[in-house]
Amino acid sequence: MRRRAYDGVVACAPVSIAYQRYSPESAQFWIGRALHALLRQTGLAPRQLDGLIVSSFTLGADTAIALTQHYGLTPRWLDHVPMGGASGVVALRRAARAVQAGDADFVACVAGDTNQVDTFRRTLQGFSRFAADAVYPYGAGGPNASFALITRHYMDTHGATRADFGRICVAQRANARHYPTALLRGELTLDAYLAARPVADPIHLFDCVMPCAGAEAFLVCSEAAAARLNLPAVRVLATIERHNAYPEDDIQIRGGWAMDRDELWSLAGVGPEDVDLLQTYDDYPVISMLQFEDLGFCAKGEAPDFVRRHDLTAGGDFPHNTSGGQLSVGQAGAAGGALGLVEAIRQLTGQTLGAQVAQARIAAVSGFGMINYDRGLASCAAVLAA
Amino acid sequence: MSGKRNPLRRTRLPAPLSPVRSRTAHGLTAAAAEGRFQLQRCGDCGQVCYPPRDACPHCLSADLAFHDMPPGGRVIAETTIRIPGEVHVRERAPWRIGSVRLDCGPMAVAHLHGAVRQGDAVRMALLLDRFGAPALAALPLNHATLEDRQMQDFTCNPTSRRVLVTDARTPVGQAMVRALHEAGAALVFAGVADPWKPFEGHAALRAQAEIVPLDVTDSRSVAELAATLGARVDILVNTAEHTRPGGVLHAPLTEARQAMETRALGLMRLAQGFGPILRARGADEAGAACAFVSLFSAHALMPWPDYGAHAAAEAAALSLSRSLRAELAPGGIRVLHVFAGPTETEWYQTVPPPKLAPSAIARATVAALRGGGEDVYVGDIAEDLRARLAANPKALERELGQS
Repeated sequence: MRRRAYDGVVACAPVSIAYQRYSPESAQFWIGRALHALLRQTGLAPRQLDGLIVSSFTLGADTAIALTQHYGLTPRWLDHVPMGGASGVVALRRAARAVQAGDADFVACVAGDTNQVDTFRRTLQGFSRFAADAVYPYGAGGPNASFALITRHYMDTHGATRADFGRICVAQRANARHYPTALLRGELTLDAYLAARPVADPIHLFDCVMPCAGAEAFLVCSEAAAARLNLPAVRVLATIERHNAYPEDDIQIRGGWAMDRDELWSLAGVGPEDVDLLQTYDDYPVISMLQFEDLGFCAKGEAPDFVRRHDLTAGGDFPHNTSGGQLSVGQAGAAGGALGLVEAIRQLTGQTLGAQVAQARIAAVSGFGMINYDRGLASCAAVLAA
Repeated sequence: MSGKRNPLRRTRLPAPLSPVRSRTAHGLTAAAAEGRFQLQRCGDCGQVCYPPRDACPHCLSADLAFHDMPPGGRVIAETTIRIPGEVHVRERAPWRIGSVRLDCGPMAVAHLHGAVRQGDAVRMALLLDRFGAPALAALPLNHATLEDRQMQDFTCNPTSRRVLVTDARTPVGQAMVRALHEAGAALVFAGVADPWKPFEGHAALRAQAEIVPLDVTDSRSVAELAATLGARVDILVNTAEHTRPGGVLHAPLTEARQAMETRALGLMRLAQGFGPILRARGADEAGAACAFVSLFSAHALMPWPDYGAHAAAEAAALSLSRSLRAELAPGGIRVLHVFAGPTETEWYQTVPPPKLAPSAIARATVAALRGGGEDVYVGDIAEDLRARLAANPKALERELGQS
């Protein structure tokens, strides 16, 4: 059966709650702040919010259902997306179908986490059964160690150098210098990047995101409803989602995007060359490189050359992670999976908090997440249009 | 290893890594305990899988028993973790791990021996970590031992450590002292009850060890020695035994009571005297305490009615030692069980061969301390008993009753 397009559905009302390195508050607090801001921005009353989809790692025993009572909401459509870095796009595509089918009129998509002083270590320790059995006990390196192995393998296979990864990090920091709530806004030079202390070779300090507390949210509704509410909105041209792709690869060197990108671009009716800005999931720069390649912006193994030939800043010829991405803004748990999508909505609707990409009309956003054992299982992408 | 400690510095305390694993992953624990390399193999499609699962990722079968696997592999990528998230590893950083393509199929994240580099062919081993959890290690092909900075975290090598052998009057006790001395122990304390009473082998013992008064059946004797010696013992090897033939119907109760005093209550006295300080010193920088070793008759696992009262005392001691294992684990102290069949000693005089030389038990104990397991079966009888017990405990009960 041929896939249907997302005609008549839009995403709007981008919300970001300013990140904090550490917060004594709960995830329920952060997600509550995001929903509150979303309602204020849209002018909707709580009872009008008939759809809710939530992502978070730090809700304790709560899932989305508990939050309905916590926040006094009575939605008729509810979902919980435990997919970390894929949660933004996955929430978008689920919410879009719900609106398209008439199951809900206004779906709030929200992702947020707290970061109390010991949250990060405890999240790692209990992240998954495979992680507890077969990864975390091996040196307790967390994602730094897992991505060190992936980065090492990518460097060996495709000849990437540390400076190539550094170009991504330095450009994002340049973007973050304009983004008011980025936690890391100091200037980062390639020399400083290269001189940083090693964390898990070949990963060095500026390859790592800073865990923090925060929340991101957006609203999915019909194009007509957004117009009625006077909300600048973006159309959803296409989306893809894939899990546990290529299990036969020794070490992750491609993601599920490579399986589905032809469908993505064909459904969108545009190609990589038409994209004005790209938001990748950047928990480590090597993963951004995989997305450049697997989404078709360059061929496999050519991302190191690609980043040498392009200016990745908001004002450059290939605007990428224009808020500064997680590498500079911070990684607020599951909110990291929505940061790029919220930024893309802002860029396409001319509401950016930081550096605006000139004439931004088409954006691609991709997500990645869940190092269950040795590789990220979830991958997804969306193409949005102003 | 053992060195001069700075008396002004606080003893570094153990900071345990979580030993919690899924129930299925304890298949690895069982293999590691005995020094085997086992992974799950699907009974339906024959594929090997790792990490441990409850359904085959190739055909979804639930028939996933653990089997011995060829231990070969190749390191595809390595990393050196410089800033670990857990105190125990942080204190031992940098820590190297790698992604290994196993010859039997799956990819495994493993600890790397210091001589292993990316690209190397390796021999995989399943070891127990300091806190009793199973761990995969990639070892060089041409190294027989685990001598290595990082691998030390999985072993209890007696070299340069101070060891107490609790009863050095017995042939096994004396063989143990000799083996530990030859293994390069910094100091061996040889426990002897009433040391003024002459005994065979005394001269040799004095040359290899410091003789200390110790009677495991006497609470005061154990407490006094623990008070003076406790903080200087890194490894305790309990060799105290009380072996007498006799079944339940006719064994003298006085002998049965003495067996319990020596084996079960003796182990408890040693545990209460030396256990707390061992556990507190499990991460000591100046030469950490690391092991509490007990020798058992293999009939602790299933009685031989000819030695029924003896087997009961062995079983009681084993039960206590298994509880002790859980209590000492958070301190990083390995409780090592060495199971042996009948020895070439007076109390097994009428038992037909094969019988073990005391030196074989001692050598196996030293080798086990240098390895990564916690349950060792020495000799053909013990190994045979283990295999038959695993296959059919009821059959073994009948067979031992009719032998």
